Amino acid sequence: MPDIKNYTLNFGPQHPAAHGVLRLVLELDGEVVQRADPHVGLLHRATEKLAESKPYNQSIGYMDRLDYVSMMCNEHGYVLALENLLGITPPTRAQYIRVMFDEITRILNHLLWLGAHALDVGAMTVFLYCFREREDLMDCYEAVSGARMHATYYRPGGVYRDLPEFMPQYETSKIRSKSEVKKLNATREGTLLDFIEAFTGRFPKLVDEYETLLTDNRIWKQRTVDIGVVSPERAIALGFTGPMLRGSGVEWDLRKKQPYEVYNRLDFDIPVGVNGDCYDRYLVRVEEMRQSNRIIKQCVKWLRENPGPVMLQEHKVAPPDRVGMKHDMEALIHHFKLFTEGYCIPAGETYAAVEHPKGEFGVYLISDGANKPYRMKIRAPGFSHLAALDEMSRGHMIADVAAVLSSQDIVFGEIDR
Amino acid sequence: MKWIKGFFKTFFLWELLVGLSLTGRYFFSKKITIQYPEEKTPLSNRFRGLHALRRYPNGEERCIACKLCEAVCPALAITIEAEPREDGSRRTTRYEIDLFKCIYCGFCEESCPVDSIVETNVADYHFENRGENIMTKEKLLAIGDRYEEQIAKDRELDAKYR
Repeated sequence: MPDIKNYTLNFGPQHPAAHGVLRLVLELDGEVVQRADPHVGLLHRATEKLAESKPYNQSIGYMDRLDYVSMMCNEHGYVLALENLLGITPPTRAQYIRVMFDEITRILNHLLWLGAHALDVGAMTVFLYCFREREDLMDCYEAVSGARMHATYYRPGGVYRDLPEFMPQYETSKIRSKSEVKKLNATREGTLLDFIEAFTGRFPKLVDEYETLLTDNRIWKQRTVDIGVVSPERAIALGFTGPMLRGSGVEWDLRKKQPYEVYNRLDFDIPVGVNGDCYDRYLVRVEEMRQSNRIIKQCVKWLRENPGPVMLQEHKVAPPDRVGMKHDMEALIHHFKLFTEGYCIPAGETYAAVEHPKGEFGVYLISDGANKPYRMKIRAPGFSHLAALDEMSRGHMIADVAAVLSSQDIVFGEIDR
Repeated sequence: MKWIKGFFKTFFLWELLVGLSLTGRYFFSKKITIQYPEEKTPLSNRFRGLHALRRYPNGEERCIACKLCEAVCPALAITIEAEPREDGSRRTTRYEIDLFKCIYCGFCEESCPVDSIVETNVADYHFENRGENIMTKEKLLAIGDRYEEQIAKDRELDAKYR
């Protein structure tokens, strides 16, 4: 009998289950994975270097494009770092808006993750249902910022604009009659907050539906239970954060452990897994969606009752309003100064981290007193998760690699930066 | 008792049937699909789409070549050259936006002190030839003229937030 050698297989960079541009070199013994070697860097855009060449505010738009399924959370990390260095605190209303949109982003991210994970494992319907809900949340993004994905909405000192008092509505067409359009517009009659509240009202039932399709399903369980098990000790040692760490049973959430913005005023729980396998990570993320829903509800309630400014009235950092700019010489000077030169940040360094849907997203910023960063380092949660892929998939079958990979919630925008 | 219940549920594929009934319900319910060219999803008045240069009601172009948008553009997509016109007023001789470079962040509109450069709610446009991605001043002004009504309405609705 001839010697059977290990077989090397390239998984990606164009594999649909590779979640973007991952090139995974798999060393196989038959169907069993001996070694998984992820190759990164195919989506490298030098965001960190790019940020060094432009005034602080101009990099906000590039933060959206890091993890392009949780846009506003990336912005949040960056904006928090700037605020740390500037020593400013945004108005409370802006903080609530940020928290609300962080949680909307978390649901957006987890919905995409759930859909894609289920698709990789073999359940197709959930993907379509998840995208239906994502559409509503994208509309919230668009109503507030003008873009469905790359919002550029958070600014140091608050957020760009207050929440709109109306929602865009469907129009009649030759396909839909007036009464049908009215039904479509049912939740769009009021303000954006009404729209979001209507969403939070129906969302838990929809999560129940996803769970009906997956949680008890025997095929789903066969594919995820005991796959990619990580012990709590190993999870900490490997630098896991977010749902990956919590799935392994470590109760760690930056929103609770080092609350930023107004998270300490809000009531929510953090779900924790037991076994640290793909199934537990699934359960943790599904429960996180429910908790996010709870947070959004509380934010909506607070925002309804407390109108006020959403941007700091500090014109060295935040531009004056347009009417003022057109009538006041000093405001006009501030306006020109801010949009050409930006603002200078006193020399110093800071690290600001947020609980991003994928884990701890941090921005380490060094300023030498100029109007652009001396150096910026982004801590992307996905990077350390991907580094553990080898350990997690070793000894599993080749089909399990797709399940492990998608349970890590990999997005290449942030890993390659 | 629990064991017997569990056995029958497993044996008769209970959870799969529950899942199937859910998908079955959706199969027969009304679809939410939007038939795109005939009908469109609602667009916010803050939507950031194709760029346009606006004019004053008397037909005079608004842009005064202050170059704020050029300075603020993170992607360096805007190129401006300016000279005094015959009547002595400062105007652009060249105003170009490279739509391939543009990241649609909206900073140009935010920075413009005379509301000249705007991002309209035109979301569907295409190019047929190389080089058409570069929007010249003429093209931008033409877009502005064509959609002025919509542009003015959208800005009006958003005026109190900015």
